[in-house]
Amino acid sequence: MLPSDLKPEQFNGYPPEARKLVTGHVAVLRRLPLSFLPSLLREAIEYDFKFPAERRALEKELANLDSLSADQLKGWLQGFAQIRISSQLEHSDWINTPAQFVEQLSSYLWTTHQLDAFRTAALAYAERLRAAVPPEKPPVARLGITIIGQSVTANSEPLFRKLRPHGAYFRAVKPENGVPLLLNLVAARAKAHPAPYAHWYIDGGQAAAHDPALTCVSYRALEPVRAALSGKIRAEIERPGMGPENLRTVLAQLRPADLGLANSADVVLDRFRVKMLTEGSGTQIFSTTFAQWTAREVLRRAQPLTLLVRFAPRQRQKPMNEMLSASHEVAELDPLGSLIDADMGAYYNWLNLQRLPGAEQSSFLVWFEGHNEAMAIGPTLPRGTESTAVTGLEQLLDWAS
Amino acid sequence: MAASRASTPQELARQLSWNRRDFIRSAAGLALGSSLLPSSLFARSGVPVSKRKVVVITFGGGARDQETFAPEGQENIPHLMRELIPQSAFFTQVVNRGILGHYVATASLATGVYETINNFASLPPEHPTVFEYFRKDLKRPASDAWVVAPSNGFNRIGESSHRSYGPGLGAKVILPKHLLTAATSGGGTDFEHLLRDNYETPFYTPELSGSEFELQQLGNLLKLSVDDFKAHALTLSSPDELSVYIVRQLMRQAAPSLLWITMHDIDIAHAGAYSLYIDGIQRTDRLCADIWKTIQSEPEYAGKTTLFILPDFGRDSDDDSGGNGFQHHRTGDALSRTTWMMALGAGVREGVVFDRPMESTDLVPTLGSILGFSAALAQGKPIPELF
Repeated sequence: MLPSDLKPEQFNGYPPEARKLVTGHVAVLRRLPLSFLPSLLREAIEYDFKFPAERRALEKELANLDSLSADQLKGWLQGFAQIRISSQLEHSDWINTPAQFVEQLSSYLWTTHQLDAFRTAALAYAERLRAAVPPEKPPVARLGITIIGQSVTANSEPLFRKLRPHGAYFRAVKPENGVPLLLNLVAARAKAHPAPYAHWYIDGGQAAAHDPALTCVSYRALEPVRAALSGKIRAEIERPGMGPENLRTVLAQLRPADLGLANSADVVLDRFRVKMLTEGSGTQIFSTTFAQWTAREVLRRAQPLTLLVRFAPRQRQKPMNEMLSASHEVAELDPLGSLIDADMGAYYNWLNLQRLPGAEQSSFLVWFEGHNEAMAIGPTLPRGTESTAVTGLEQLLDWAS
Repeated sequence: MAASRASTPQELARQLSWNRRDFIRSAAGLALGSSLLPSSLFARSGVPVSKRKVVVITFGGGARDQETFAPEGQENIPHLMRELIPQSAFFTQVVNRGILGHYVATASLATGVYETINNFASLPPEHPTVFEYFRKDLKRPASDAWVVAPSNGFNRIGESSHRSYGPGLGAKVILPKHLLTAATSGGGTDFEHLLRDNYETPFYTPELSGSEFELQQLGNLLKLSVDDFKAHALTLSSPDELSVYIVRQLMRQAAPSLLWITMHDIDIAHAGAYSLYIDGIQRTDRLCADIWKTIQSEPEYAGKTTLFILPDFGRDSDDDSGGNGFQHHRTGDALSRTTWMMALGAGVREGVVFDRPMESTDLVPTLGSILGFSAALAQGKPIPELF
């Protein structure tokens, strides 16, 4: 089936708000190429479970497409129109399973050597969209905090090497009560600028006591969900004919209720938590990967005003089956390896913060937990500098903002 | 940040080229190859074509410049930097325009054609492999071409499904992990650290078929008892170390003229732990130097062997918001498609760097020119700088 044949009733399987959104734009959806439309529907079908920033972005994108004349639309989507699509893809149920279509399209693009052309078309479209619908500036400058190195007693390797050219490195930070102090500071921001899903606390281990004004995701709290997921994976891979692509599709279709998260009042957050485990690679086995990937997705999707990420030690590397077995034995930890993972994770957190609107005003702090080393980056802090002055974490945040 | 971020793939590719020139400046004592006259060293090496040997190592699975040859990554590859580079011809821009999955990309390296087979299926390459060209054209026995591969998914890499080549003309494939599983009858927790497989899809174990090496051949061909094999395996720390152990045995006992070794430890990056990715690079660096030492010390190989080392491809750039940096190779950006290659040993001019772009499909025709066969169906071309 082609987009030109679309009818509103074909979206009856969509969740209520998604259905309302999409059926309001059927006229323009009919004019979109098949290489493009399912990517848009993949986002739209999740509309009921999206964060406010994502919802607004999707609404604006659809409104923009609606506003384009036939000639303008042709110009915008010229690159996509030139992508060849197989008849198998054309005949698939791309309306009700757009994510599956996009996955198969990706494989098809690689096989037919069209990936580069698709990539060019996607970049050109994104650039035009950014110009036509400028991203919303945040009401207050964003703040990112990353805490690394929990449980590391001594470290001889240099830290923050990738971040140092971008800010000030402090060697004599006062570490006392650092975690509660930083959590109190982000809670104060959450109360001063209240908005849903705008202030986050991600912990790669057990979450510390924190204000309920913060949206919290922790690796430890998801332990039962991870165990349920491991059980499902083991059951699936024993089924005949189950290959990696089929398994990925099965995992992507898992919902919070399938993994024991049925009674929460926050369906949006539950869906997000499950996605971190079913769509992230390595998030099921390494807490450092979980913390980094969750931070990336929070920044990309929720576009928060405040994000505090605290890394915790991950389990030591073992054979994959053993790591996935969710054994009740206490896993041996690798604090030094985790410090290196988290140091890179801090760099990625900063990079992802820089991708959001208002990046030039945002500030960032990374601190080696319990120790004297930290980096602060902000609009007024000198880059590539180093300080040995005794300083408090609060003072660093003040300088960075 | 803004200064180092390229807005288009073309810009990024240009920037990458400049980064690679920086590498040339930082690697002391190397000459720019384009300023040298052709040398025909292979012709003047004194080794007759029929006696030449080639060893290929894929530095897998997938490493980026910034963790290897870029200035900030050189600390991870001390052996390549200090021992091998000064003896090698180094190519700074090897572009892979094919599918960036490890099995299909390695198959493309081995055929000289961008293969499009399913990366996760147990399928042979569709085009003739270097092993088939070598054996058919030069009438070499099966014992003269071998592959040592890390993952059970690579068991079909030795010969293609091409109707003019295919069954009976390819290389024997040794899967050391499969051997170890057989030797320990699938049990033995002491060996589990050597049996890690397929980091990209850890839940998938492909069915074995094809010309893989059987356990009983351990004793016949490699002169290795199952007990000795198990005892030595206990002293090793990773699947690639196990592979290199088998490689040494193979070189001593069978001395194949064409030997292909695929490394895979680095691909632990898919699990997202940067420290383990770096460990993998450092281990692979050490193992490459070990193999070079073995080549120089084994009488069957010393003085007549050319060694090629190259990654199958890179990994995603930190600057591409569509990826997640080092973790995967999914965006198809310039960094994930562009890697390097070094050639050293018999017939290769030492200490030169070539900065022009070449394709990974050029490897097989180049091996053809060295060993004296025609890679008739390969898409690439022999690398002229080596001849």
